[in-house]
Amino acid sequence: MTATQYSLAELMICAASKAFDNDGEVLATGIGVIPRLAASVSMSTNNLDLMMTDSEAYLLSEPNPIGPRGDDFVQRNETWMGFSRIFDNVWSGKRHAMIGPTQIDQYGQSNISALGSDYDKPKIQMLGARGLPGNSISHANSFFVPNHNKRVFVANECDMVCSIGYNPERLPKGYQLDDVDIRLVISDICVMDWQGPNHQLRLVSVHPGVSVEEVVEKTGFAIHVDDNTPTTTSPTTEQLALINKFDPHNLRSKQLKDNPPGIRVAVSASEEK
Amino acid sequence: MNKLKTATEMVAELRDGMTIGIGGWGPRRKPMALIREILRSDLKDLTIVSYGGADVGMLCAAGKVKKLVFAFVSLDFIPLEPFFRKAREQGNLEVMEIDEGMLLLGLRAAAWGCPFIPTQVGLGTDIIKQNPDLKVIDSPYDDKEWVAMPALKLDAALVHVDHADERGVCQISGPDHYMDDWFVRAANKSYITCDELVDSDHFNNPEAARQVFWERSLTSAVCAIAGGAHPTSCPPFYGIDNKHLLQYNKYAKEGGFSAYSDEFINNKTEQDYQDLIGGIDTIRQIPQTKY
Repeated sequence: MTATQYSLAELMICAASKAFDNDGEVLATGIGVIPRLAASVSMSTNNLDLMMTDSEAYLLSEPNPIGPRGDDFVQRNETWMGFSRIFDNVWSGKRHAMIGPTQIDQYGQSNISALGSDYDKPKIQMLGARGLPGNSISHANSFFVPNHNKRVFVANECDMVCSIGYNPERLPKGYQLDDVDIRLVISDICVMDWQGPNHQLRLVSVHPGVSVEEVVEKTGFAIHVDDNTPTTTSPTTEQLALINKFDPHNLRSKQLKDNPPGIRVAVSASEEK
Repeated sequence: MNKLKTATEMVAELRDGMTIGIGGWGPRRKPMALIREILRSDLKDLTIVSYGGADVGMLCAAGKVKKLVFAFVSLDFIPLEPFFRKAREQGNLEVMEIDEGMLLLGLRAAAWGCPFIPTQVGLGTDIIKQNPDLKVIDSPYDDKEWVAMPALKLDAALVHVDHADERGVCQISGPDHYMDDWFVRAANKSYITCDELVDSDHFNNPEAARQVFWERSLTSAVCAIAGGAHPTSCPPFYGIDNKHLLQYNKYAKEGGFSAYSDEFINNKTEQDYQDLIGGIDTIRQIPQTKY
């Protein structure tokens, strides 16, 4: 049954869960509360074959709820999956990661390492490239963007390109653009994929109350827009119950500024003036 | 063979300009007592290889690092390591930034005596652009190009484990031994601190023996320092001291590392340090993080 009341975070979790639905038996790695809950929902509904870890060192047969779980909680371990073994999985290709990069460019290249034009003296040093180079050339990847704007969707290439994308200039010898597998982008205003002409970023759906123009305006490069853009599907009551089960401490309510509702109140004509 | 040494003796064996690998991961099971010992020494110009946390931040802040080989530096719940960040933003840190898996391959190549291991990882990214020494090569077996990840040969590896015996049989009973075995195998010498020194009979238990990830011949020296990983975690004994890391993070904004160092490290023994934290009993009550 379609829910009538839900938060934007919950809408994003359900929209993001779709990314994993047709993956088959792969490791789903959702970094951050919303991506992790998205993988948890998919693993409990449309893709029972999905695999997840406890974010530490074990592979689970059922996703762990996030946060403190009580002393009587029994984690459903199925095998050890420490960090060194994660790379055996990564390089086998049987994985789909969803992360929230600081920058994404028109080629689907992303950055979590450093900001600024001088690599030797960055304006802002962030995490470092982490596992993005390996993830991006080895398996499927999706992006989560909590605040859709031109600082994230940058006009030029990322300051530090951490992940390979659909950039013909950077294509390694012996590779096709189709060897790169970037799936969905779930932001706070829309869902997109990279299936426009020549892997251009394409608008898939806009969240309730969001216009196509708003998406175009807030993206730092041209995106492909089809004739009719549907509205992002609302969560079902079943999905909301699962989200509640996997996030009993309601950490999802702290992921987006002011925890806005899923159905945005339309700005009236008078207010627009 | 008895390999017991003090932390001071271990650090006295290190030399300026050495390449040193540090075990653990971010804020988890780092050999922090040895890091503090290095901070008290006059060692300099080190090349540090690490899945970095406060170990990297402190060494950078104290001016010990000439070059850093890294994929990330993070305190987990404080995502950006404040002193590493400062060092980078001031532009005075030479770096080799690579992917987490490339770092693993570099250690394996060193362990196996190979000059490099071919990998697809890094192709198409700025990892190659920013590391001009990193070679991309043709394959004799296919038409693709490959990154030749060079061996990361270490002069020394520093690792903290939970249990060890005096011969250097080391147990990591926590959920993950990270890449510690590869750091040890890639190193010329391995200096291990442990939370508890045990009799060799401890390893009669096959479960304990299964948690030994390298042979004792690779352990150069052992030192028992209960709480030696603080403020990072060492399961099963204690978790990450997030309260202390918040305090450490605050020094980056106010006072700087020298103030932190004056309060906790300079002219202080490890015992003094632990007393400031509240003693070993307090450290061992820090709960494990639930992810």
